[in-house]
Amino acid sequence: MSFEIFGPIGMAAALLGGIALLSALLLFLTAKKFHVQVDHRVEDVTAILPGINCGSCGYPGCSGLAQAFVKASESGNLAGLYCPPGGKDTAESVSSYLGLAPEVKEPTVAVLRCGGSILAAPVRLAYDGPPRCSLAHNLSAGESGCPFGCLRLGDCEVSCDYGAISMDKTTGLPVVDDDKCISCGACVKACPRSLFQIRPRGVPGRVWVSCRSLEKGPVAMKTCKVACIACGKCVKICPSDAIIMENNLAYIDPIKCTSCGKCVAVCPTGSILTTLKELPSKEAALES
Amino acid sequence: MKISSQSPVETFPLPTSVVIPLSQHLGAPAKPLVKKGDKVLVGTPIGEPNGFMSAWIHSSVSGTVTKVDDTPGVNGYRIPAVFIDVEGDDWEPTINRHNDLIRDISLTTEEILAKIKLMGIVGLGGATFPAHIKLTLPPGKVADTLILDGVECEPFLTADHRLMLEHTEEILVGAKIMMKVLNVEKCIIGIEANKPDAAAILALKAKIYPGISVQLLEVKYPQGGEKQLIKALLNREVPSGKLPLDVGCIVNNVGTSYAVYQGVQKNKPLFERIMTVTGAHVANPSNFLTRIGTSVTDVLKAAGTDLDQIVKLVNGGPMMGRAASNLSFPVTKGTSGLIVFDKEEAFRRPEKFCIKCSKCIQACPMGLEPYLLEKLGEKEMYEEAEANRIMDCMECGSCQYTCPSSRPILDYIRAAKVQVLRLRRERSGK
Repeated sequence: MSFEIFGPIGMAAALLGGIALLSALLLFLTAKKFHVQVDHRVEDVTAILPGINCGSCGYPGCSGLAQAFVKASESGNLAGLYCPPGGKDTAESVSSYLGLAPEVKEPTVAVLRCGGSILAAPVRLAYDGPPRCSLAHNLSAGESGCPFGCLRLGDCEVSCDYGAISMDKTTGLPVVDDDKCISCGACVKACPRSLFQIRPRGVPGRVWVSCRSLEKGPVAMKTCKVACIACGKCVKICPSDAIIMENNLAYIDPIKCTSCGKCVAVCPTGSILTTLKELPSKEAALES
Repeated sequence: MKISSQSPVETFPLPTSVVIPLSQHLGAPAKPLVKKGDKVLVGTPIGEPNGFMSAWIHSSVSGTVTKVDDTPGVNGYRIPAVFIDVEGDDWEPTINRHNDLIRDISLTTEEILAKIKLMGIVGLGGATFPAHIKLTLPPGKVADTLILDGVECEPFLTADHRLMLEHTEEILVGAKIMMKVLNVEKCIIGIEANKPDAAAILALKAKIYPGISVQLLEVKYPQGGEKQLIKALLNREVPSGKLPLDVGCIVNNVGTSYAVYQGVQKNKPLFERIMTVTGAHVANPSNFLTRIGTSVTDVLKAAGTDLDQIVKLVNGGPMMGRAASNLSFPVTKGTSGLIVFDKEEAFRRPEKFCIKCSKCIQACPMGLEPYLLEKLGEKEMYEEAEANRIMDCMECGSCQYTCPSSRPILDYIRAAKVQVLRLRRERSGK
């Protein structure tokens, strides 16, 4: 055979080289035939998004949201698409890239709606099971006896991937670090009693009812000193009709609330909390 | 440790007020039929079933309804209840209050079932499953044996033991009624060997009831579980995910049998039950015939309990019962006992790592792998837990009891079961 002139090494090289060329050709043809049309805009938008894949937008990760953005841009409307951790900046850069008006949303933060600290709602029962809220919630109303309040075992702290929630040893309650919170909503899902809510950060501050108890006043007060007792004073004083009283519990609608702080001043139990620096005095609130 | 087995059943004095929960059975809470100011008699219906899986609730006292409101249950969560102030002790005239035994069963199957439902009878072994549903055979299914559970499911409890000694024939007539409804010829009463007196008297009295036999069983926990009892008595195994009826059996507690007798033969609704009060710091461990709705504080006091010494109060048996979160919850149809624990017994031992000793696997009466289910529950891997037959677990607690590392096995399994049920609901919703 004429191949013998290459010698054994040459023959092996020729054979392997031949196979390599053949495979390359096959790959080339396959790539041509089954070419995936990638929209470069999706890739670009994905690059603009934070890339943490938290899922708080409601889509499977950042690329999922990017696809939704691009799809929506074809119909010319980005309404409903928003990246909570990215906030205003991300919304603006995505919309300017797509040449459309951004979905405007106020910056939000996770807010704890329970004031049942160790001091306000003292421990009446010893729980010595595994320190997990989900387990304690299945077993009983909890240490303080309030069936709606914080179990103080820290499932939210574990659920937060951004270190924004820490358990305060003196109160027993979780504390949200506003600067670290990206309002992804992991804590909302983790809390078996739905005590967290994603609310607008508010200008100049936010006001919320820090209680979820549906008990009647006297019953609620038995377990917790800072419970909402549904007295209705806040509803009466609110100038913008932002407070709804339902099932023995007040709720402040963050969209209507103007952060005037009057309800905070009149609440007899102190169950309405705020980040406002200055509050009207009780007298001033009642006068106006 | 059956401290109270020699204490005859005492009728608990009439309380001054009762709180009767509308949710005393498995399934939907009953709909209240009374309002504030209504006068009720003993046995007056105050709640009607709300849906298929629900039961009638009757007043256990005569008096005036003061309110229909929520009350804290055993675990501290609110349950709807009817509050009644007691005035005298007037019974509904339809109830036969004579003690004579009525052996003849005059009603037809349909009439009996309707009556069992109307009398609000639920399974008194612990699960409070509405009895009329259990006794109604689905089309195409045939039963051949009725099994009466007289093993007294858990340590400490003696209510069933006393019932068998004191109301032997009533239980047997109740069994006859259920045999008629189910159209079966055979009834076996399973009794553990630590109650030879109960077995002897039941066997003696059963001679005039053809088809009913008594069988002594080895003493072991959890033999009160229906699948375990069927295996012990008939050597039949209920397959995973199936019901006792799939192997031709229906299992009922002796207490349920007694309630069926009273309901069908005496028109007496289920408004009182026998319960055991025992444990540490209980001066007189007792068995009480208590009206439903009586505060457990009163019951504990009557047994001579030092309330200040209670570190833990368990509602039910020590293995499956749940620790109470307060001392003011009312006695319900499912309250088989109250057990007081002192400081030494009340707390868990410190939790250590799983050493893979497999003691829990040997202990599990359902042949599950508890250590694995615990891990899957902890890691929130509910689909895998379901695939590992977590729903077969009857929460007997043997795994956690036997664990040398004091792992919280059952805690995680219970929580995971709730999640698996949620998954199943979501799936069927789609």
